[in-house]
Amino acid sequence: MNKLIAWFDERIPMTKTWNIHLAQYPAPKNFNFWYIFGVLATLVLVNQILTGVWLTMNYVPSAEGAFASVEFIMRDIEYGWLLRYMHSTGASAFFVVVYLHMFRGMMYGSYQKPRELLWVFGMLIFLVLMAEAFMGYLLPWGQMSYWGAQVIISLFGAIPIIGDDLTLWIRGDYVISGATLNRFFALHVIALPLVLVILVFLHIIALHEVGSNNPEGVSIKKPKGSVPDSEKPKFTFHERFTKKYDIVDAFPFFPYYIVKDLVGVAIFLFFFCYVIFFAPAMGGLFLEPPNFEAANPLKTPEHIAPVWYFTPFYAILRAVPDKLLGVILMFGAIVALFVLPWLDRGKVRSVRYRSTFHKVNLTVFAISFIALGYLGLKPATEVYTMFARIFTFLYFAFFVLLFFYSKNENTKPVPERITK
Amino acid sequence: MSNAPVDKGRRRFLTVATSVVGAAGAVGVAVPFIASWNPSEKAKNAGAPVEVNIGKAEPGQLIRVEWRGQPVWVVRRTPEMLASLEAVNDQLRDPNSDEPQQPEYAKNLHRSRKEEYFVAVGICTHLGCSPQFLDQGMGEYVEGAQSGFFCPCHGSTFDIAGRVFQGVPAPYNLVVPPHYYINDNTILVGEDGEQA
Repeated sequence: MNKLIAWFDERIPMTKTWNIHLAQYPAPKNFNFWYIFGVLATLVLVNQILTGVWLTMNYVPSAEGAFASVEFIMRDIEYGWLLRYMHSTGASAFFVVVYLHMFRGMMYGSYQKPRELLWVFGMLIFLVLMAEAFMGYLLPWGQMSYWGAQVIISLFGAIPIIGDDLTLWIRGDYVISGATLNRFFALHVIALPLVLVILVFLHIIALHEVGSNNPEGVSIKKPKGSVPDSEKPKFTFHERFTKKYDIVDAFPFFPYYIVKDLVGVAIFLFFFCYVIFFAPAMGGLFLEPPNFEAANPLKTPEHIAPVWYFTPFYAILRAVPDKLLGVILMFGAIVALFVLPWLDRGKVRSVRYRSTFHKVNLTVFAISFIALGYLGLKPATEVYTMFARIFTFLYFAFFVLLFFYSKNENTKPVPERITK
Repeated sequence: MSNAPVDKGRRRFLTVATSVVGAAGAVGVAVPFIASWNPSEKAKNAGAPVEVNIGKAEPGQLIRVEWRGQPVWVVRRTPEMLASLEAVNDQLRDPNSDEPQQPEYAKNLHRSRKEEYFVAVGICTHLGCSPQFLDQGMGEYVEGAQSGFFCPCHGSTFDIAGRVFQGVPAPYNLVVPPHYYINDNTILVGEDGEQA
């Protein structure tokens, strides 16, 4: 066995990669519950790819065959229903864990220097994920697939001058048709997953270059030679990490955190399976009722709402009376997150040591996001629109305020080391 | 290997020239990939504008043509029908056509380019049934109205300019498609024309 490993190691950096990224990667010892979502996102990605490949085996990407083939998968393929529900529930689960993962980063300042690029890669993943989910939702060719896509694609029509030609180009027809369905299928099953996997790879490489942040926001890398041996953890870390620094308060990622994460994975799977088996449509949130009816270009559903993970942005779009301005603001909501590392000019990472004002600001942001998500599901009545405007304002206020107060924030003293 | 001195200027020129030619090549290669997303010839044919000959239309008559898979109506309205437009204003949901259900040139009282001819997509804005044209007897559904459109599916009513009445399920006025007059007897449905 050792001989075999040695044979490989002479030809490819197998053991070295295993050690750098797993067995000898230093992970801070104080990870809490919030640190499970990266692993869970990876798990869901694997689930999506695996079930996606299997669904492709029976799905027919054409306007004539799509809806029927999904029904065929649901009724006639052995365990087809399970594969499909794993995929559709996985899409929602992906956004649940990614939103929590992002909020973790915001709480503990994981986007701050030197992790800006790590954050940007994460945001790119989020963007591709949204495109992936949007295009995937058209594929069952149900009523909501069709009309949801109609609404979203028509957003591009708001762009001055080129808008109409652009929407025509995206659809490949004057209305959403088989041409649109087929190109979305190609992007959904080949192009975007490839990009997604590459971005995830870059995200992890960037993480392992700068090292993981932690709930205290305190670095586990100390200047070389400043820590007595008695205070160093009794583990071997790869020399890539110990060459320039003394590593303190850390465990190797494998096996310690992997084993801990398995508990989190088990709990996640418990919820995941519950939804798959008992509430795959999640009361119309994960699979919307009109989508159980085949797409009909001549019949608009009474109330068109996007799937829940888009609703915060949809609510922002609708809150603005002007279409173009609404589209700009909606994309602005995502751009603001992209540039967060540069908007936050503070030096203290973790919310634990930041000002009360910051705590309130972050809480209001989280509430606004959830409230917008709720409002995006509701019809745009006068009262709801008013609330959507208030929460849109608060959403953006988070970033504006942060930019101003973070420079001279009244923070608490940050400990030298992870305390616990 | 030659030991001649390096001509930096020449090396630079060649590097830039190669890059420019390479970039032009890349743009060229991108063309088919991007252009293949445009509507196919088949889609363009199916979505082509439709000519409607209105030369033989009698006053009060409706001509039905198909455009992009949808029924399009051309109604030649009588003077009485036109006179009724003003009268029903306060019974309508959107009398001034504020919702963008028509091109700019049809955002007027009669919702058309020429008062006499009304062009509309014959699909109810509620759930997509095709309403019936009533050149008279509309009073049965709307008090005081003479003519208009009545959707048999859920009872939505529209006046003779396709404006929706209050208290029916349809939320918007009927859609007026882009159209223009090639000459006095021919309308082209599907294009705004140059006069737009």
